[in-house]
Amino acid sequence: MSIDRSQVDHAAELARLELSDDERERLRGELGQILQAFEALNTLDTEHISPTAQVIPLGNVERDDVAAGSLPQDAVLDNAPRVEDGQIRVPPVLDES
Amino acid sequence: MTTAYRTVIGLETHVQLRTRSKMFCGCAADYANARPNTHVCPVCLGMPGVLPVINREAVDHTIRTGLALNCEIPEYAKFDRKNYAYPDLMKWYQISQYDLPLCVNGHFDVEVNGATTRVGITRVHLEEDTARLTHVTAADGAPASLIDVNRSGAPLMEIVSEPDIQTPAEAMAYGEKLRALLRWIGVSTANMEDGALRIDANISVWPEGEPVGDVKVEVKNMNSFRSLGRALAFEIERQTARRERGQPIEQETRGWDESAGVTRSQRTKEYAHDYRYFPEPDLPPLHVTRQRVDALRAALPRLPDQVAADLINQGAPEADVAELVQDRPLTDYTLAVIEAGASAGEAVTWIVHEFRRALNAQTNKSAAIPIPPAEVASLLALRAKGSVSSTMAGEVLDEMFATGKSASTIVEARGPQISGQDELLAIARQVIQENPQAVQDYRDGKGRAIQYLMGQVMRITRGKANPSAVSTLIRTQLDAME
Repeated sequence: MSIDRSQVDHAAELARLELSDDERERLRGELGQILQAFEALNTLDTEHISPTAQVIPLGNVERDDVAAGSLPQDAVLDNAPRVEDGQIRVPPVLDES
Repeated sequence: MTTAYRTVIGLETHVQLRTRSKMFCGCAADYANARPNTHVCPVCLGMPGVLPVINREAVDHTIRTGLALNCEIPEYAKFDRKNYAYPDLMKWYQISQYDLPLCVNGHFDVEVNGATTRVGITRVHLEEDTARLTHVTAADGAPASLIDVNRSGAPLMEIVSEPDIQTPAEAMAYGEKLRALLRWIGVSTANMEDGALRIDANISVWPEGEPVGDVKVEVKNMNSFRSLGRALAFEIERQTARRERGQPIEQETRGWDESAGVTRSQRTKEYAHDYRYFPEPDLPPLHVTRQRVDALRAALPRLPDQVAADLINQGAPEADVAELVQDRPLTDYTLAVIEAGASAGEAVTWIVHEFRRALNAQTNKSAAIPIPPAEVASLLALRAKGSVSSTMAGEVLDEMFATGKSASTIVEARGPQISGQDELLAIARQVIQENPQAVQDYRDGKGRAIQYLMGQVMRITRGKANPSAVSTLIRTQLDAME
């Protein structure tokens, strides 16, 4: 399984990564190998196994709707690149949500 | 040659659920008046290594909503990660539900001008709200975006309709009725102005007779039902004009600009919707047992449509009933008034018009209605007997609100209604003499003239005259004059 440069570029764009040409080429190879490893799963016989989204034998883990404490504001803002008016300040982004 | 067009509209409604804590952590969900970034913990801040835990009440609220919208509740549901890069997401993914939502295949009937449209409900699913961004000029003069994480992780429910809506009026009716339903079953405040209810629309216009295609325009940023109606009307006009000119409709997201009254393209990159959903590995799937669904169904209140149908069957006018069931506390109150002996028709009409006016004049609107329902029933009975006129009943009610006294005490204190023939006759004659124009109008066949003259008699008697006696008297006098 190999992937091409445009697929690497697409993944990099989605992850907001800027890659040099060398990195793109190296990742193209590495990602191809990872996909190849997953290809091995296709050799397994899964005909009698029902599909699942979860591999641990757990279900219905829920909590009661009880409010507990939160962090102090300065702790919340501790890792912020910049702070303004008690908020995290980032470079302007266009609203595309 | 003019071509006819048909409009296809589907709505996506986001609803903030009424819970004490957030969706996946114990931060208080009541952040509306909190300082920024004070309802935040490592989970909703997206710190490495934290684990989300599902809020049971949020799941129950979603199932309640699904049941109220006639949905099926599948036995298995799961959460998924929806990945996108935007600073309103702390984790760069939102926990949502992709292919196994909590509720599917429902329907919701909406009425416009007496015609009912059944709108299919594709699904109702549960997710987490995002942080709030504000775009500002910062203190140093540079443009910046500020992030308040308080809203991040608040439980958010999304209701997706089928594209069964054809007009802006239907879309508005759907929104208004949905808001009333969400409040009725207690799952949300559903206040649009607080962002607790947000409606996005998918809309496309097609030539009549041609098949409906896949292309649609998503319209966002409508902050009221009125904006929703205006934005859709604008889109119908814009898309129809493009069709007329032979131009294609482009699949895009457009934002409604309230002040300009137009939608504008929000140019997004082509891969913006590459969300790469995958099952949330930190949350085990939900097995929604039938016992759980049955218990939630049994605990649901009777729904507005059912209560409305009952009241209409008992003789209440449809328009007043539709108005009443927007408000559950007032509906419950009205039912108690009827229970105490009032007729459904009288109680509904009088409460929607007169009682609500007096209630809204109260300063403390959040408090429970201070007058026992039986007292309103007894006031309505006095009115029905003719012991108080309609005008006087309103005044008596105001006094009941102000003093807490009973209807009969107030009516007695005000003195009996004037129904003595001689006294009324004198007043009726005086009024007729002073209003020659109204007399002429009556002769010209204007029925309203009688209402006017009655009003004059009521004014002079300060509402204490028996209305049917006055009406008869005036007619007799006028007819005798001819």
